[in-house]
Amino acid sequence: MKSTLKVSFGLAAGLAASTAMTGASQAEDLTLCWAAWDPANALVELSKDFTAETGIGMKFEFVPWTNYADRFLNELNSKGKLCDLIIGDSQWIGGSAENGHYVKLNDFFDKEGIKMSDFVDATVVGYSQWPKNTPNYWALPAMGDVVGWTYRKDWFSNPELQKEFKEKYGWDLDAPKTFDQLKQVAEFFQNREIDGKKVYGASIYTERGSEGVTMGVMDVLYSYGFKYENPDKPYEMEGFVNSDKSVKGLEFYKALYDCCTPPGASNSYMGEGVDAFKSGQVAMHMNFAFTWPGLQKDEAVGGEKVGFFANPAGPDGEQFAQLGGQGISVVSYSDKQDAALKYIKWFANPEVQKKWWSLGGFSCLKSVVEDPGFAATQPYAQTFLDSMAIVKDFWAEPSYASLLQASQKRFHDYVVAGQGTPKEALDGLVADWTEVFEDDGKM
Amino acid sequence: MQELLPSGKSVVTDTTSSILDRAAEAAARATPDSLAKRVRGLSDRMVAWIFIAPTIVLLLAINIFPLIWAIQLSFTNYRANRPNEPIKNIGLSNYSRILTDTDTWIAMQATAHFVFWTILLQTLIGFSLAYLIDRKFRGHALWTTIILVPMMLSPAVVGNFWRFLYEPQIGLFSYVVSFFTGIPTTDIQMLSSVTLAPWAIIIVDTWMWTPYVMLICLAGLRSIPDYIYEAAEVDRASNWRQFWSITLPMALPFIMLAVLFRGIENFKMFDMVNLLTGGGPGSTTEVASITLKREAFEKWRTGFSSAFAIILFVAVFGLANIYVKVLNRVKSR
Repeated sequence: MKSTLKVSFGLAAGLAASTAMTGASQAEDLTLCWAAWDPANALVELSKDFTAETGIGMKFEFVPWTNYADRFLNELNSKGKLCDLIIGDSQWIGGSAENGHYVKLNDFFDKEGIKMSDFVDATVVGYSQWPKNTPNYWALPAMGDVVGWTYRKDWFSNPELQKEFKEKYGWDLDAPKTFDQLKQVAEFFQNREIDGKKVYGASIYTERGSEGVTMGVMDVLYSYGFKYENPDKPYEMEGFVNSDKSVKGLEFYKALYDCCTPPGASNSYMGEGVDAFKSGQVAMHMNFAFTWPGLQKDEAVGGEKVGFFANPAGPDGEQFAQLGGQGISVVSYSDKQDAALKYIKWFANPEVQKKWWSLGGFSCLKSVVEDPGFAATQPYAQTFLDSMAIVKDFWAEPSYASLLQASQKRFHDYVVAGQGTPKEALDGLVADWTEVFEDDGKM
Repeated sequence: MQELLPSGKSVVTDTTSSILDRAAEAAARATPDSLAKRVRGLSDRMVAWIFIAPTIVLLLAINIFPLIWAIQLSFTNYRANRPNEPIKNIGLSNYSRILTDTDTWIAMQATAHFVFWTILLQTLIGFSLAYLIDRKFRGHALWTTIILVPMMLSPAVVGNFWRFLYEPQIGLFSYVVSFFTGIPTTDIQMLSSVTLAPWAIIIVDTWMWTPYVMLICLAGLRSIPDYIYEAAEVDRASNWRQFWSITLPMALPFIMLAVLFRGIENFKMFDMVNLLTGGGPGSTTEVASITLKREAFEKWRTGFSSAFAIILFVAVFGLANIYVKVLNRVKSR
């Protein structure tokens, strides 16, 4: 009987101890939420150093891009405690700040000596500030990203193709500097047979469900002169969104889609673009910079076969690119905010940022990207710098989701389904966006 | 044989009692006296209520409460992504906006096109297959099993693999069509073409759900007694006459039931359309449920989408009720 009692006590004590230990380790673990993509794997690797330094374990919740916004905005809206840290999309910043999802970081930055002036300006405005261009910070710039282009350097350097191209268009076949040149190159490669395989001009964004077609169209419209609003009168969009220049830009995007994309590419975004390029289907490929390390390493199309170029200029010489990327924020519903802030402090460290870049993440810290040796660190480093210098971003208003869905519909209806004219599409967009801002009481 | 225990409980005692009886006896012995007295005082009706109460509670919690809440939200400007904003009552504004919105009607047209063609094709093909299978030819059981396979698959699987089948460059469907028509595979863009995309979805839904219609029709055909046909034979009725005068009228309630089930299902079709086209190209295949999802979980217009959901619910419920009345009239003939 005594021995049975002893065993029972022993078991109970062991169970209690293990429960307490589990509880303790869970209390120290942080959960970081982000999209499931290559940089997330790099972050997992990087975060091992944080655990080694602080003893705080890291758990990760990564969701594919197609469900990323749905999943995490639901989580934030329901005041869920799943995420202690979140790397939320740049457009979420307005809504997350105004709805109290993110912890305001100004005091923390001041206390820890983290200066926003140490980060690339565009990323601070794009990922951290709300309202824009005011010193109110809700995130630390974490992953710089921008839409740029990759091209098949091996095809472009083929002497026969170069000769034929020069004869046809009168300039040397090279990475295009303007959108007109880009279309000429795309037309040149469309339906061409290379190495016994039919290839196509370019892969561009056409996806309908989330944000794809908007990111692609905007990437072109900016350089054609599109503006979201009257710079002197906020939310006045008539004549800016649907200006003649914008109409020409949208017309160009449709022409590019019609002439020079692979068959069936009517719902293509980041993943489909990468697939098209990696499988040797296209000569050029529009995509966010985060895809570049993977393409550079690819055995079939990487190494010397791949080249990178920044978004080309529009007809008037203006040159802009669509901003991607995200900042890292502390979720206000988390019970582990102190540990989460420790992570942000650690992540802002220049040495950590340097390692972040070396692992495949895109640092936004000036000391990393403005280092004289930075451009030589990777074949795409200079293009990344050039691209980050010309970024523009979509609305980051609390109503960004409604604004985005309106543009998705208008652009897809015109570009892919061929319904209506570019002018009608942009007039319709002005009407949709006006309705959203009127509902918000901003107009 | 019954025996009254000292506690006053009546239990079954039998030397050959089954395990079940013994378990019941043990339960009866274990029941506290106070509880036993209370249960003995309950009417049959009360006991019935006690048994169905959990189901009713579950039904109220999962179906009725959300419905009432959705009705309440449909009169407000509530947005789930802005929990801190005050909720305003805006009366019938959401309803009037939906009913006057061109995009809503375009989505309803896309839904109607999809529902009409899928039901028509599935009924025609399903009934024809059932009629053939009912002939009981050699190997008909094997064929029945093979035909039933598509409806056993998950819509997510079906959507994904048909997307690959429709691929213009590598898709088997494109190659088959190209083989018979001579059209280059790259020109057969089932999911990218405004004209073909609605039909691409209709083809997949018909492929998947025709077996279901066939199964119901087959049950109808097998329920027709043989003596009716024998009597018709005696009267020298032709096969054609037997079909129109016996088979079709007697199988009609079953066919109508299949139409009802498929109609309701396809009116709220979401998964397959979402996987195949996502509502595109443009808004060509944006059926009502896709619009509803976009309004509710992408634009976060919770009040507006609640109103839209109520309108759809009333439409399906109303149409189904009218249909059931017609079905009952057909059955009673």
